[in-house]
Amino acid sequence: MGYVAVEGGEDAINNAKKVVEIFRRENRLAIDQVMGEGSLYAPELAELAIKQAEGDLVEASFLIRAYRSTLPRIGYSEPIDTHDMFVSRQISSTFKDIPGGQILGATRDYTQRLLEFERSDEVEEEGEESSDASEDPPKFEKVVDVMREDGLIAEPLENSEEPFDITRDSLQFPLSRSARLQALARGENGAMLALAYSSLRGYGSVHPTIAELRVGYVKVKIKHPYTKNEVSIGEILATECEGILSGVGATMLSEDAKFSLGYGLVFGQNERKAISMAILDGTTSVKEPEAPSEDQEFVFYHIDGVDAMGFVEHLKLPHYVTFQSSLDRVKKAKEAKK
Amino acid sequence: MKGYNYAFLDEFTKREIRRKILKAVAIPGYQVPFASREMPIAKGWGTGGLQVTLSLIGDSDVLKVIDQGSDDSVNAINIKTLVQHTTDVKLTNDTKEASIIQTRHRIPEEYLNEDQTIVFQVPFPEPLRTVEPSEQLTRRMHAEKDYSKIWLYLYENIVQYGDIIFGARYPVMVNERYLMDPSPIPRWDIPRLHNAAFLSLFCAGREKRVYAIPPYTKVEPLEFEDYKFEVENFDGKVCARCGSGDTFLTKSVDDKGNEIWLCSDTSFCEKRRKKNGLFAKSG
Repeated sequence: MGYVAVEGGEDAINNAKKVVEIFRRENRLAIDQVMGEGSLYAPELAELAIKQAEGDLVEASFLIRAYRSTLPRIGYSEPIDTHDMFVSRQISSTFKDIPGGQILGATRDYTQRLLEFERSDEVEEEGEESSDASEDPPKFEKVVDVMREDGLIAEPLENSEEPFDITRDSLQFPLSRSARLQALARGENGAMLALAYSSLRGYGSVHPTIAELRVGYVKVKIKHPYTKNEVSIGEILATECEGILSGVGATMLSEDAKFSLGYGLVFGQNERKAISMAILDGTTSVKEPEAPSEDQEFVFYHIDGVDAMGFVEHLKLPHYVTFQSSLDRVKKAKEAKK
Repeated sequence: MKGYNYAFLDEFTKREIRRKILKAVAIPGYQVPFASREMPIAKGWGTGGLQVTLSLIGDSDVLKVIDQGSDDSVNAINIKTLVQHTTDVKLTNDTKEASIIQTRHRIPEEYLNEDQTIVFQVPFPEPLRTVEPSEQLTRRMHAEKDYSKIWLYLYENIVQYGDIIFGARYPVMVNERYLMDPSPIPRWDIPRLHNAAFLSLFCAGREKRVYAIPPYTKVEPLEFEDYKFEVENFDGKVCARCGSGDTFLTKSVDDKGNEIWLCSDTSFCEKRRKKNGLFAKSG
């Protein structure tokens, strides 16, 4: 079932609308956003935070972060292999036919954005999530793997086995890739969108083509402290974006004439952020930064919503003393001008 | 407070912060990076100072918290309440009685002694940020003791405005080695950091830096031979409540709309009133 406007396209769109209705739940995507920015995968807590914050998502993320500070750090999970993702949505804009096919899943991308007045009176139905546990989830090969086999992808140079932990060390520039990806994964949606957009639009040159955008469930595994075997401790919904940094028009190539990858992985279903993350992963790894979105300090010091909201809103605190001190200088400078 | 550790932070975090503080004390004026935690108050509202206070505080401590000199400012009260709910320590408004004083933008008017620690909330730990936006570059400038850009900036101030225009946050040289941002205290308070008996700890939560001035350390504001550092001038004005003419004043208006000046250190102002036989109308 392709998502290009050829045969099957209309059916696909209609089915996507139906899937949206199945998934539809109050604040579903807001919860995903707050889990990402709050950097804690806890849907019930995110829901509580959104209620407590009356829908202010930055405030809700802040509540989650403050709560997170009180939790002990137990350890790291094993790297998640997204090949094993139980896919509910996957699309590619590099190739029409991909392993497993284009699966639209829950998306509003091809709907007309019209307010549905008749809906406003409706009581929200509790979404029933039924799943057939007996069925083995299908696994699909990834588009990027196919390109890898063809020798088209430049592999990232770094492979940080032990990740840099941005919650246990302050950012040190230049950042390692693991630090960059962590900071992006909990960055604020709007800030990341704006910076990613700036690179696409004109201040920079990173324009990816999406090899694959996937939404689905992945298992989180840890190494058992005694047996050292991998054990699954649960699953999380995640959105993954693999962007080929191809450029449009002028093709972007790495030194050995291969494509580079930009990578995004975020909690829940949040495609806009996953794509923004892939773009910013690309922009902040360029060798000779020129545009604002390519300047690591500019990007990473300013995308954290909790940092930004706190400092901008601190302006509401009294500044009587400091302002008095400035007044004194203005007076002095005026006298000097006379 | 139920369900929370003593002084909110877990013990590993407190130990980490204390280690970073020790490093800061050992290298006066040097900014030590640390992994700042998210606190239940917002970044930019004193989370750095709060983390230092919480990692130092114990049962025998007495805490005073001021915001721009005032004990009763809403944010100071919010911080005090959080510390007290998670520790049960004694709170005070009396500068002399406190063992730890957390402050935003003031040093109390009264003399502090060797047993007292003052914890400054810091918005911008980097004194060179005014002249250089990049952290990588400013760290290198400190390492090389290359402060030419800030000296040039001061010189340009004089050419453009006829004087140095730093109001609060006046850059100081600590122990003849590191240029330091004293936090946005008024210039009035700068001379009181020089060879002070007390320990000064500075912490920026959002920027994740902690630094210190140990007791009896040389602290010199940047100045030229012909353009000297100077404190705020109040043109002989006195406080409308306690009558003092030797304290930092802020402008205000009385009930009739007339301009009046008041001490920014509310606790000291109250003490003077009592000493002078003047009593406050209300708390």
